[in-house]
Amino acid sequence: MTDISASAPASSTNALLVLLKARTFIALILVVVFFSIFAPNFLSAANMVIMSKHVALNAFLAIGMTFVIISGGIDLSVGSIVGLCGMVAGYLLLNGIDLGLGWSIQFNTLEICLMVCVVGVFIGAINAFLITRLNVAPFIATLGTLYVARGAAMLSSDGRTFPNLNGNADYGSDTFRFIGSGDVLGIPVSIWMLIAVGLIAAYIATRTPLGRFIYAVGGNERAAGLSGVKVNQVKFFVYMFSGLCAALVGIIISSQLVAAHPATGNTFELNAIAAAVLGGTSMAGGRGRIGGTIVGAFVIGVLSDGLVMMGVSSFWQTVIKGLVIIAAVVIDQAQERVQARVALQQQAAIS
Amino acid sequence: MAEDAHPIGLSIRQGTKVYPGTVALKAADFDLRMGAVNVLVGENGAGKSTMMKVIAGVETLTSGTITMAGEEVRLTTTEEAAARGIGIVFQELNLFPNLSVADNIFMAREKTRLRIDIDKAGQRAATRKLMQRLEHDIDPDALVGELKVGQQQIVEIAKSLAQDARILILDEPTSALSASEVEILFRVIDDLKRDGVGIVYISHRLEELIRVGDYITVLRDGVITGARSMQGVDVPWIVRNMIGDASKDFPKTLDQPFGEEVFRATDIRLPNTTGGFTVDGVSMSLRAGEILGVYGLMGAGRTEFVESVMGRYPHATGTVHVAGEPVKSRHVADRIAKGLALIPEDRKSDGLVQILSIRENMTLSSLGDLSNYGHLDRPREKRTVADYVKQLVIKIASPENPVSSLSGGNQQKVVIGKALMTKPKVLLMDEPSRGIDIGAKAEVFRVMRELAAQGLGIVFVTSDLEEVLGLSDRIVVMSNGRITGEFTKDTATDTALIAASAIGHAPVAHSVHENTAGPSPVTPHKEPAT
Repeated sequence: MTDISASAPASSTNALLVLLKARTFIALILVVVFFSIFAPNFLSAANMVIMSKHVALNAFLAIGMTFVIISGGIDLSVGSIVGLCGMVAGYLLLNGIDLGLGWSIQFNTLEICLMVCVVGVFIGAINAFLITRLNVAPFIATLGTLYVARGAAMLSSDGRTFPNLNGNADYGSDTFRFIGSGDVLGIPVSIWMLIAVGLIAAYIATRTPLGRFIYAVGGNERAAGLSGVKVNQVKFFVYMFSGLCAALVGIIISSQLVAAHPATGNTFELNAIAAAVLGGTSMAGGRGRIGGTIVGAFVIGVLSDGLVMMGVSSFWQTVIKGLVIIAAVVIDQAQERVQARVALQQQAAIS
Repeated sequence: MAEDAHPIGLSIRQGTKVYPGTVALKAADFDLRMGAVNVLVGENGAGKSTMMKVIAGVETLTSGTITMAGEEVRLTTTEEAAARGIGIVFQELNLFPNLSVADNIFMAREKTRLRIDIDKAGQRAATRKLMQRLEHDIDPDALVGELKVGQQQIVEIAKSLAQDARILILDEPTSALSASEVEILFRVIDDLKRDGVGIVYISHRLEELIRVGDYITVLRDGVITGARSMQGVDVPWIVRNMIGDASKDFPKTLDQPFGEEVFRATDIRLPNTTGGFTVDGVSMSLRAGEILGVYGLMGAGRTEFVESVMGRYPHATGTVHVAGEPVKSRHVADRIAKGLALIPEDRKSDGLVQILSIRENMTLSSLGDLSNYGHLDRPREKRTVADYVKQLVIKIASPENPVSSLSGGNQQKVVIGKALMTKPKVLLMDEPSRGIDIGAKAEVFRVMRELAAQGLGIVFVTSDLEEVLGLSDRIVVMSNGRITGEFTKDTATDTALIAASAIGHAPVAHSVHENTAGPSPVTPHKEPAT
């Protein structure tokens, strides 16, 4: 430690630390500037709306994933929950619930959305149950529900698509399309939803005991438990919240496409993890920010859409995305070291 | 015992080891004699393990020299030490439970054909030979995880012998052994001595040291306070050198009557995995303003007792009353709400969330009080933290820095602050002075006295004689999970405490298994014992 700290004056170290902390944001500015120069029409309002819609889907999942990762876990099942929840929404819109009495119960848009959310939260609760009560490792437990949920989505329609989800004005479900294609004050509904979920999540993370507990559980589960944190309850919350976020994405996608396909959401979990990590979430748990994750989701989204507009082949896009993620983690390690050094210097200064 | 019969195999001159914030070893001169048992004794934190780690190449000296056979050596890794014939058996066993005995013994030194194919048969044969030498009938193919702790210790010793160790360091080798296993170990030691192996033997069991040792070195606060041949050494001599004549200043008891009974634990039992009890029917009571010292050796069940009281183990039985009210809920949070608070023994793994800030650590147990309807009052949180930082005199640059940037003493004060923020009636302190320097210790003790004067009941677990004698109003001694002695301030003496802490451990006793100091007492989900 001493060999590096002696040469660098404290002020330049602090400046470096600020730069490192803001790195995801700087990266976002850089990609936006880059594409506004090299990609035609990148800055047009229409393109912005399309791009933000793409980003929102990943951002929802990444917000839920951030909580899970901060608590020291991982949720691989979110992509499948998206698929299954889309199918549930489609099924309810088309068929309602048939009780086998010769008539069926039909629902309006709000009721359908609530029921779909319950499905997502329920799968999250199953994840948490496996992890806390049955001691299954989070990776394995959510890998299992990944397959189960995907299989259930396929079974729900025999692998077919539920088409024409226009809803029915008689049942009050014709407003379903509004979720994916409508806008309020010129901003798409899904973006409003993202703003709401993002604000709520950030509030939970920074201003509630629950949020603090999530960080504590991820940082040191034993110490958290001995400090009186109800570790299992915290884990139930993070996986259920992640399931809820996935359910929202399922609703939005099926509404945007006006159809529900059982393979929707395949590998979405990986993009969500990437966004969280890019935003500074530590896979070891205990560290991460909702704001960082949303910026991370935007970096990934802007990067892929911008490359498409520049005409870069999708194969190269994949390579570039991977390199960006690796670079993010390498820089993150550097930040950790600088931060530890600054804290030690400050501590040494007073003793 | 002529000294020239035992040539010096290794010597340290002016060995000093500085850790951030504390000097663990100060200008120590140590001679290790071959063909003899060199006993190292001292209280926790006296520098024994540092000296041993220096010899084994785990740590390097800050200054000073190590010489072997007249030649100065630098041991920077365990491999280098092993190449010079130095083997070490740590108290916390370093074994792979999922691999076989033979695999463990030859770990990273596998017998191979053409460096690729492991010669299983050869390893098995060699292991069998080692086990014969150690008089143990352990199957080379048995999984280490399925062996008893005592047998695992033997495997560790075999591992060192397999490397032809000329110098063997044993760190508290008997802490997990039954009396009959101890006898076998002593025979093995005699055997090794005859072969000219130099043995460094560390233990807290003084009677045992006197029996097995040939030379003794006593450490106190990083300084060697006595070194001589074992002839004529008795327990009082060791204790005197361990503790010193001039006792450190402990804050005086304020002459005030104790209050009502504030804490009572009745018949606390914690079953262990082998059918016995780690905590075996312990009962104690405490009055407001009283400091109750719980003395005992490592593995006596003290930590498990306070953790059971705190609700860490769901399968622990017994009842706990705080201020006359029974504590029914098994959950830690509810026990905190009832007025219990624990300062855990292992600050790093049980006390703090290293990655979080000082502020976040301090308020972790009392966030409920700092928030309204789930909304955290951050300004109030900051004010409260600032209050406690001032009150406990914690030296910090900023409460937003990670808690890992603090020295041990300041970290301990953060843990104490966390416990005090819950407004406890009873404070359970498990080795509160472990791993912190003398100045910080004195501060912690001063805080304890102040808290007691404010009417808190304090249960204070320690294996430091001087501390327990200087600080407690009443002392309970534990051994083998039971209470084996209770003393008032007037009846407590160092020799009486040591005698009580050895009950159930003396080699003469019939085979009593003590399994508490195993590598991990964690897995608590085993079936309760009958």
